[in-house]
Amino acid sequence: MTPLAAVMPLFGLITEPISVAHYLVVGAVLFTSGVACMALKRNALGVLMGIELVLNGANVNFVAFASPYLQSADGRSLGLDGDVIAVFVIVLAAAEAAVALAITLNFYNNHGTVDIDQADDLKG
Amino acid sequence: MMPLAIAASPILAFAPLVAAINWHSVFFLLFAVIACGFAIAVVAADNIVRMALYLVFSLGAVAGLFFLAGAEFVGAMQLMIYVGGTLVLLVFGVMLTAQTPFVAIKSSGGDRVLAGFVAAALFATLLLASLSVPAWRQPASGVVQAPTATPLGMALVGVRVDEAPAGSPKGGHSRRYLLPFEIISIHLLVVLVGAAYLARAKRRKTPRAIEVAASAEPPASVAAHAAHAKLGRSDRSSSVLTGGSE
Repeated sequence: MTPLAAVMPLFGLITEPISVAHYLVVGAVLFTSGVACMALKRNALGVLMGIELVLNGANVNFVAFASPYLQSADGRSLGLDGDVIAVFVIVLAAAEAAVALAITLNFYNNHGTVDIDQADDLKG
Repeated sequence: MMPLAIAASPILAFAPLVAAINWHSVFFLLFAVIACGFAIAVVAADNIVRMALYLVFSLGAVAGLFFLAGAEFVGAMQLMIYVGGTLVLLVFGVMLTAQTPFVAIKSSGGDRVLAGFVAAALFATLLLASLSVPAWRQPASGVVQAPTATPLGMALVGVRVDEAPAGSPKGGHSRRYLLPFEIISIHLLVVLVGAAYLARAKRRKTPRAIEVAASAEPPASVAAHAAHAKLGRSDRSSSVLTGGSE
């Protein structure tokens, strides 16, 4: 029984139904990874990938709060609003990626590098 | 009873455990581990091509989480727009700029430590905040819900079919999304036009003009005078042009 008892806290993860808090933890991991990626990467495209991760972390939270499977629909749930906001966030992320990629390619054409530490032309 | 059953047959002992498994939670755990693991791998990787690949896996697993949360329309949009569109764009950019010195730009060790501290503090804050509300830790009690694609599509054109009508006491206060939908459509159009304008191939003016002038000169010596006159005229006109543009 001792190995089973040691495994039991982890086993509770797959026997009990999931709640909003589970999704919030996943969203927190994605958001934190994205922030670290934005702060750490010196490649401009790596920074873009960090932004995508941050937006996805936020989207996970929106969908979790909107979901009728995770929360009883007694007024606390966002309902359809969360799904609509999530779709809008996805579309805005696509637009942002298109513009940022165009800027990155222009920067690469002008400077011959994608290292954002080299983008200090505006430094006084 | 349990030790007896284990002694008799290990498989029979696991049967009630298997029956107790909530498969929704199992698949949530699977997708959550994939999403979080590859998100951390994006941060940990140095190679930009591998980062793009890990991001594909992470965002695909997030789409699986959306499906599990009952938001199948958002999950489908995530797969089509993100994994199918945005990441193709990103990989396109990676391939266009993947010269050998830029594939793996390493950060310094001090930056890594500092970013690790900041990320750990941020994650601790978010974790505390998300686990601190008791209502968020109570799962729903067996709600059966229709698919969300139809209400979502109808709400985007201004009709709410998922709630009570406007006359009833609980209805009439819900949002319609026709105006945001139009605004975001125009926004997307403007952004794509702007991106195409930004990323277009630049025409290099000075070397190309000299090249054209040099190739336009007639090689025959008979036309040397005419060519000389033309060159002088073009020189004059170009100097006028540059003077005008300055």
